[in-house]
Amino acid sequence: MFNNHKHLIDISEYSDSELMTILQTAKAFSEVNERAIKKVPTLKGKTIVNMFNEPSTRTRSSFELAEKRLSADTLNFGGSSTSTVKGESLIDTVMTLDAYKIDCIVVRDKHAGAPYIVSQASPAVVIDAGDGKHGHPTQALLDLYSIWERKGSFDGLKVGVVGDIGHSRVCGSLIPALKIMGAEVTAVGPNTLMPPRPDILGADHVSNSLDDVLPDLDVVYMLRIQRERLEGAPFPSEREYHQLYGLTKARERLMRPDAIVCHPGPINRGVEFDSYMPDHPERSVILDQVYAGICVRMAALYLLLGGADNGLAS
Amino acid sequence: MGTSSPKAIIMDETAVQRAITRIAHEIVERNEGCDDLAIVGIVTRGDILAKQLADQIKQIEGVDVAQGSLDISFYRDDFATHISPEVHATRIPFNVDGKRIVLVDDVLFTGRTIRAALDAIMDLGRPSSIELAVLVDRGHRELPISPDFVGKNVPSSRGENVRLFCKEVDGRTSVEITDVEPGSRIGSAPLGGE
Repeated sequence: MFNNHKHLIDISEYSDSELMTILQTAKAFSEVNERAIKKVPTLKGKTIVNMFNEPSTRTRSSFELAEKRLSADTLNFGGSSTSTVKGESLIDTVMTLDAYKIDCIVVRDKHAGAPYIVSQASPAVVIDAGDGKHGHPTQALLDLYSIWERKGSFDGLKVGVVGDIGHSRVCGSLIPALKIMGAEVTAVGPNTLMPPRPDILGADHVSNSLDDVLPDLDVVYMLRIQRERLEGAPFPSEREYHQLYGLTKARERLMRPDAIVCHPGPINRGVEFDSYMPDHPERSVILDQVYAGICVRMAALYLLLGGADNGLAS
Repeated sequence: MGTSSPKAIIMDETAVQRAITRIAHEIVERNEGCDDLAIVGIVTRGDILAKQLADQIKQIEGVDVAQGSLDISFYRDDFATHISPEVHATRIPFNVDGKRIVLVDDVLFTGRTIRAALDAIMDLGRPSSIELAVLVDRGHRELPISPDFVGKNVPSSRGENVRLFCKEVDGRTSVEITDVEPGSRIGSAPLGGE
């Protein structure tokens, strides 16, 4: 229980000060991750189920490492090995898991809203690890952390989110989270990759031209083209997309000298990037984001799984 | 967390200063100098005291002793009921292996904080010894832990709070006894005073 939050499903339910507490707690966990012995006993005796009903490598491995470094017992569950392929409903699966007396379920599902359904069916703490096109709150947290580490503050920070906004669950959490923290967000991409109502996500501006927007941005957040979720032909070719919306060495000269580059991964070199920008020594924080993933997930688990009455510690 | 007026001021700023000076001398005497010595304070107020002890030791011996701060939030035994609202990063900028560590806290009460701190240090390596320095020992131990260096022994009842206020975070330096507010917890002062 973290203040009055039992779950982490919709990031817009959290206030700026609560999100900042998570980032500061993540910073404390960063020290643990730098140690020779990367483990603290905090969640000893807690059982956490990672229910991943959709392929995931980095989110899943990051959650698993975070749980293990907190000394929790973990159960990886999902994919083709589960009973859902035998026709069991999500709720029946969750009730079965609850019979094991578990404390937390981390849910990844291709259907938006699945984590909420799980939270209604189970007394356990539920953390959304990405659901459909809805959201991916811990991804937003690690993005906030990486930006905070480099920029120190979010006040008036100009962030451009570039690419496949419409199919991106990352945006569903990231854009609201950036707005909560006080940043100014511009959604950039072709109209065919925009959601029908980009304003609902909270973006301050919408632009079809990366070149117009780039000179103003402090943070350039590139998205992957979600090939697996594309319907029809939203752009003529990947080559054309790359020419118009790819962050390339040629385009770098438009960027502010201190602008940084983020990406949720996995990256597609030759589509949203050339082969140079993702490895840019000063600008790219892509691998810092991967590291931040462990720290913020440890922080979220710590804050949600502790403190029944959330009283002050002595 | 309401405001509670102190029932008694047990130590004023001068008394706190004298106690720190004496403990610094005792640490140097007991350890026969400063070789391999390291002062580690438990955040927040133990950390402030640790810095003052290290300054004193520098004045006495002319040596900069290794110094660090320890946050024990991840090692607490009451995690299931209480979480620390503000977690600080542990900062131990030296290798603890073979060090003679003096652990510093403001008020020694049940001993559970010290138990957690011992576990936290052991996770960082294998010091050759750990000693405990506290400004105030108020009794009521729940674990077999006893301090090596004590500023002042203060008999207290369980229904009272014994708190160190530090200039650095509270605007004044003193040790005070207060009644426990209904609904609040026994322990050291909250961050930033009341």
